[in-house]
Amino acid sequence: MTPAATPATTPAASTRKAAASPEADADAPPWRRLGRWWPALVLVALVTAPFSSLSLPGLLDGPIGSAGSLQLLALCLVFGALATGYDLLLGHTGLLSFGHALYFAAGSYSTELIAAEAGLPFWPSAVLGVLCGVALAWALGSVALRVSGIAFSMVTLAFAQAGSILVERDPGGVTGGEEGRAVPADKLPASLAGIDHTANLYWIALAYLVLTLAVVRWAVRSPTGRVWEGIRDNETRVEVLGLRPYGFKLVAFVVAGALAAVGGVVHLLLTGGATPQTTTSDFTLSLLVMVVLGGSGSRWGPLLGGVLYTWADHRLGDLAGSDAVSGLPSVLRVPLSQPLFLLGTLFVVTVVALPGGLTRLGRRPRVRA
Amino acid sequence: MATVVLLAATGLGLGALYFLVAAGLSLIFGLMDVLNFAHGALLSIGAYATWWAASGHLPGAGSGGAGFVLAVCFGTAVGTLAAVVLELALIRPLYGRPREQVLATVGVGLAVPALLSAIWGPDARPFPGPAALSGTFGLLGARIPVNRLVLLGAAAVVLLALRLFLGRTRHGLVVRAGVEDRAMVTALGIDVRRAFTLVFAIGGAAAALGGALGGLYYGSVDPGQGTSLLIFAFVVVVMGGMGSVAGAALAAVGVGLVQQFANYYTTSGLGDLAVVVLLAALLLLRPRGITGRLA
Amino acid sequence: MSGEPLLAVRDLAVVIGGRHILHGVDLDVAPSGVTALLGRNGAGKTTTVRAVLGLVPRTGSVRLAGEETVRLPTHLLVRRGIGYAPEDRGVFAGLTVAENLRLAERPGAGEPAYDLVHELFPELKARARQPAGTLSGGQQQMVAIGRTLLNGNRLIIADEPTKGLAPRVVTEVARVLERAARAVPVLLVEQNLALVRRLAGHCAVLADGRTVHRGPAADLLADPDATRRLLGVGRRTAVTEEHPMAPPGPDPSSAAQAGKAGA
Repeated sequence: MTPAATPATTPAASTRKAAASPEADADAPPWRRLGRWWPALVLVALVTAPFSSLSLPGLLDGPIGSAGSLQLLALCLVFGALATGYDLLLGHTGLLSFGHALYFAAGSYSTELIAAEAGLPFWPSAVLGVLCGVALAWALGSVALRVSGIAFSMVTLAFAQAGSILVERDPGGVTGGEEGRAVPADKLPASLAGIDHTANLYWIALAYLVLTLAVVRWAVRSPTGRVWEGIRDNETRVEVLGLRPYGFKLVAFVVAGALAAVGGVVHLLLTGGATPQTTTSDFTLSLLVMVVLGGSGSRWGPLLGGVLYTWADHRLGDLAGSDAVSGLPSVLRVPLSQPLFLLGTLFVVTVVALPGGLTRLGRRPRVRA
Repeated sequence: MATVVLLAATGLGLGALYFLVAAGLSLIFGLMDVLNFAHGALLSIGAYATWWAASGHLPGAGSGGAGFVLAVCFGTAVGTLAAVVLELALIRPLYGRPREQVLATVGVGLAVPALLSAIWGPDARPFPGPAALSGTFGLLGARIPVNRLVLLGAAAVVLLALRLFLGRTRHGLVVRAGVEDRAMVTALGIDVRRAFTLVFAIGGAAAALGGALGGLYYGSVDPGQGTSLLIFAFVVVVMGGMGSVAGAALAAVGVGLVQQFANYYTTSGLGDLAVVVLLAALLLLRPRGITGRLA
Repeated sequence: MSGEPLLAVRDLAVVIGGRHILHGVDLDVAPSGVTALLGRNGAGKTTTVRAVLGLVPRTGSVRLAGEETVRLPTHLLVRRGIGYAPEDRGVFAGLTVAENLRLAERPGAGEPAYDLVHELFPELKARARQPAGTLSGGQQQMVAIGRTLLNGNRLIIADEPTKGLAPRVVTEVARVLERAARAVPVLLVEQNLALVRRLAGHCAVLADGRTVHRGPAADLLADPDATRRLLGVGRRTAVTEEHPMAPPGPDPSSAAQAGKAGA
């Protein structure tokens, strides 16, 4: 379980600053040293995207810099980040949680509630909302982690389902039931309200992604992260070493829950409200699909899976309504009209035939340290 | 009094539905350690196949009398076939990798409802049924819908058939032994994987029958019906003990009744909540209920 | 060893979770009589038996009567004529005695020999309807051995059949094994050296997942030095002695044992 030597094809850092560090192997051929820089290049491209008037027909409806495209891109980034955070549990610690949606929803609902009911300004509400999500993750995680394996998965599912039922039943009119709750417009900072400021929201989503990538990367490389890896591979052996897996798993659970709660706040800003769909077990399952599709346990896999999934979920529906698709025979047209069917099928195919997900496709067989 | 009787009948009907889903779920998990998240999808397949046949698409089948019986048989057969295909195509290649097996069933559980809504639309479709089953009958002053009785009857027949199968046949013996110790069954010269396919077929048949009759209970079919039942079936399975059909039957009745009464006498939704919290509590207090085998 | 071995194991290796449990086990089971598989606790005896049967993933060669079986799934190998009584007895606690025996029947492979089983263990007939989980340890062992005798097997594998049994029951089990071995070759994993001395013709000794000694059982047991060195026991061994679990990891004496490997 020594820390893996950085595979040559994956770059050394996830942010521009870190990528500039002299970690790059001086002996590596120039093209490979350049290859290490691609995340920085991608980041620059993403940061400047709102200024672009480039059109990607088929991929996006309208120029990249338009509000609609930025909104979709921002959603893609948020879900890419969410999946990356979720993989802290699934891919790095080996915990299959079916209740991750709960902490995401806790972040968005409590932020909205605090802003609307307690009358606090948005940012303090957001901080409190995230703290609520963290507290919930800590409380429920400390209970759920008393059992392991599939029992843990089922307990998290039960908790999330309880949360979902509560939100939908709308006790005391707090959650807004099936309608959800809209962010009160007067509480939002002026720079974030309205369609003209979509770029700002987009940058917040991007910042959330960078934050998640940095936290996950830092956490995984920390001594705690190495214990997580040990727990994933063989929990008994960690116990034999005299370590108590419970505490380490709880830390992973709370960190992932905190990241999800932040994601909930970003999602709240982006969509202008908290919706009960984000509390359902289907929401967690879609995170699971993203992670496994992209490649669980890899650095960029969950991000890739999250972006692809979100894009497909939003765009395939539109494509299905287009003339090109409506002319197809029904055998092709009908499945195309349901992104979830395609994604579910793709997910099953990945599980059965492509362990390691999409990120394994273009890569030589990975040598495990 | 009438209210209590009506609630009890509805709770029992719901319990019967839960049992039809949970019986297979329990056997599959007990024997193979696979928590089948696609089990709700099997129920939906059965429901839609029955609906399709009863709506006049299958020659001979229809919404009344013998035609409806044929439609139910057709729905059950389609569900059984789907379960067998699921086991052979996805579960068997992943044998020995329980995490991937569960993930594969999760994927199927997502894809099937999506396919159903792609073909027949996301909205609920009215479920055709014989007029004789859509009425009510009087019992202790309450008007009980006949379909509750049909569900209960079907569940009782399935319970009896499963007990006979498990207790009296060699295949049933293999299943019971496999629930205790799979490896030892193969070490006696028995191909336990055939039992895997068999329990999937049985579980699929029971769930599809539940779907067909659940259509009567709800009066309609929609793509998400099976999936929404799944979590309650999980509660039943955990409560009844993995691999125990009789336990599942008892737990199903208990859960159905508790849910109905709690939903009615307290705030709506509290019953559902109580059952879900019960699941967590059971697992935490008795994790062996789901993870441990005796051997 | 006279004649071709019935079961010839060569270079059997098992890796579980990245750990090498068996490195290279060689083992011949004689075509008649009892062959004993010996070694300290943790030497890999049970893993060897389970690997032979394909119950754990393994590499190497396992030939049954000349046929290579290392690629066969367990149930097909067993149907070639192997009766297996595992270390934990493998009795299905929730099934009755009769059901446990019925499970061992092989449809299409001749009449099950209930007469023999009931003659050897009359108790099993009397308790046919009792759940096996409520039997005593000795009675459960009778069920386990009875299952191996039900079919016309070519080989019986018994993994520590006398472990944890009362002395009277040990004698009974030994008598049955002795009688069974007159008709069918037996591979016996055993810690009870008195029993090995009485029953076994040949033996193989494992240490740290390797075969370190093969030869006639009587010769080994007649040599107190070799017995102590290979099995870690004195000249006199209590019949029901339980050895403490050997600590995991390399045994300090393994280097000395390795020198004997070619013997």
